[in-house]
Amino acid sequence: MAMQFYASPEQIMRDRSELARKGIARGRSAVVLSYEGGVLFVAENLSSALHKVSEIYDRIGFAAVGRYNEFENLRRAGVRMADLNGLSYDRRDVTGRALANAFAQTLGAIFTEQSKPFEVEICVAEVGAAPDDDELYRLTYDGSVNDEPGRMAMGGQAEAITGVLKAEHRADMTLGEAVKVAVKALGSVGGEGGAARTIAANQLEVAVLDRRRIGRTFRRITGAALTALLDGGVAEEPAGGPQTPTAPTGEAHKPTTSAASADLERRESEGES
Amino acid sequence: MFTNAGTSSFTSFLSKVAPEMLPGRRPLPPGMAADMAPHATTIVAISAAGGVVMAGDRRATMGNLIAQRDIEKVHPADAYSLVGIAGTAGIGIELMRLFQVELEHYEKIEGAMLSLDGKANRLASMIRGNLGAAMQGLAVIPLFAGFDLAAADPARAGRIFSFDVTGGPYEETGYDAIGSGSLFAKSALKKRFRAGLSIDDATKLAVEALYDAADDDTATGGPDLTRRIYPVVMTATAEGTHRLTDAETGAIAEAVVSARMENPGG
Repeated sequence: MAMQFYASPEQIMRDRSELARKGIARGRSAVVLSYEGGVLFVAENLSSALHKVSEIYDRIGFAAVGRYNEFENLRRAGVRMADLNGLSYDRRDVTGRALANAFAQTLGAIFTEQSKPFEVEICVAEVGAAPDDDELYRLTYDGSVNDEPGRMAMGGQAEAITGVLKAEHRADMTLGEAVKVAVKALGSVGGEGGAARTIAANQLEVAVLDRRRIGRTFRRITGAALTALLDGGVAEEPAGGPQTPTAPTGEAHKPTTSAASADLERRESEGES
Repeated sequence: MFTNAGTSSFTSFLSKVAPEMLPGRRPLPPGMAADMAPHATTIVAISAAGGVVMAGDRRATMGNLIAQRDIEKVHPADAYSLVGIAGTAGIGIELMRLFQVELEHYEKIEGAMLSLDGKANRLASMIRGNLGAAMQGLAVIPLFAGFDLAAADPARAGRIFSFDVTGGPYEETGYDAIGSGSLFAKSALKKRFRAGLSIDDATKLAVEALYDAADDDTATGGPDLTRRIYPVVMTATAEGTHRLTDAETGAIAEAVVSARMENPGG
């Protein structure tokens, strides 16, 4: 009969943490930060089909690093929970905080109960009416949650990247400036001998939660629009949507209003006659 | 319950975790229930060059009473499609909200929109789920129309689908109408519809057809000039869905009414 060796709970947790940390540090990084017009997500991603950054709900986005199958599972769970709550209550009742709590519960349970923890680190971001109202939650493999102050980096050499972000990030940056800071921070590590490197547009996944939109605020920035931003051209806002700032909760949303239509949004923002 | 691999369909997910939230899954006591809830009435849809127009009157009735004067029965289903509801208003609104979430959910989970035919088939299966209630008088019949992003010819990209209580969908050519006044609206459209109408002409035609429906059907409301309640008119084109403002529909409705002052038959 095989002999069962005793391992202390501390040792087990330490081993699991080490496994998760190593897995997360091996991957490429992602950066989330607030700017004047919303919340920006930039992830280094060689694939254009398998996303690290995605939409959860009207004003909530999701970014993750680590093992794709594991964070994809969490993302789907988040979309399901948000859609279920939005349908049973109202679209305004879906909050980033509730989602972050649910993710924390799930990750915490997996960390303690399963033999292998999820090797993921995720960010749940909710865009507010002003940069100060943005909420960024960092969730780690063991289910701990942190409320981040307007910027965060995950995965790879996250600490070095955070250093660059801390030095250069301001909440009143334009989209163009914010993208440049994010890409500079991501490229500040991983070059030859730890030097900086340049990251091409086709290796970046960029998306925003656009503060000024009502309804679904998540937009991906790809192709020519992204290249223009990186080249320092026009700080072009993602297409569509009203350009007047509006508070997310100040609108009289009708229960049957879909967030999908930009024109319906415009009509609402002007107020009905 | 949220983390199972599962499907990309929100209704399939609901049927596992919260079946009571699906219309048609609730046990109903026997008997007819047709007169106990407000009914939404006439919707018309017209395909035009480069898109489709859908319009609905604003009346909901309960027996001989007007239950609501300004109900909105035409809504965007997603960024490129429209849905209008006729029949039991409460179930119709629930079904429509669920359909909106279904489309958005698929889009978020899969990272791509359903095809227009896929959306119509999804709606058909949701109506089929309500068959039991429909047989007790709580029927809901939607009209679905949208801009087909995959269409080879953008001029023919506006497509219309109709349904019956057992599902469907049936693709319609040119135009269609549903609801109590649909007979009169379709008769009007039959004489006036021409293939390749512009979106603006189709919009006017839709308001005219609703006027004709209201003219002969008590459950359909005409343009209410005194209260400034006008039909809801929406379009779906390559630019997405668009709802005409009250000022725009008001101008069209007033022009239609003043033309009928001279010629009541249109």
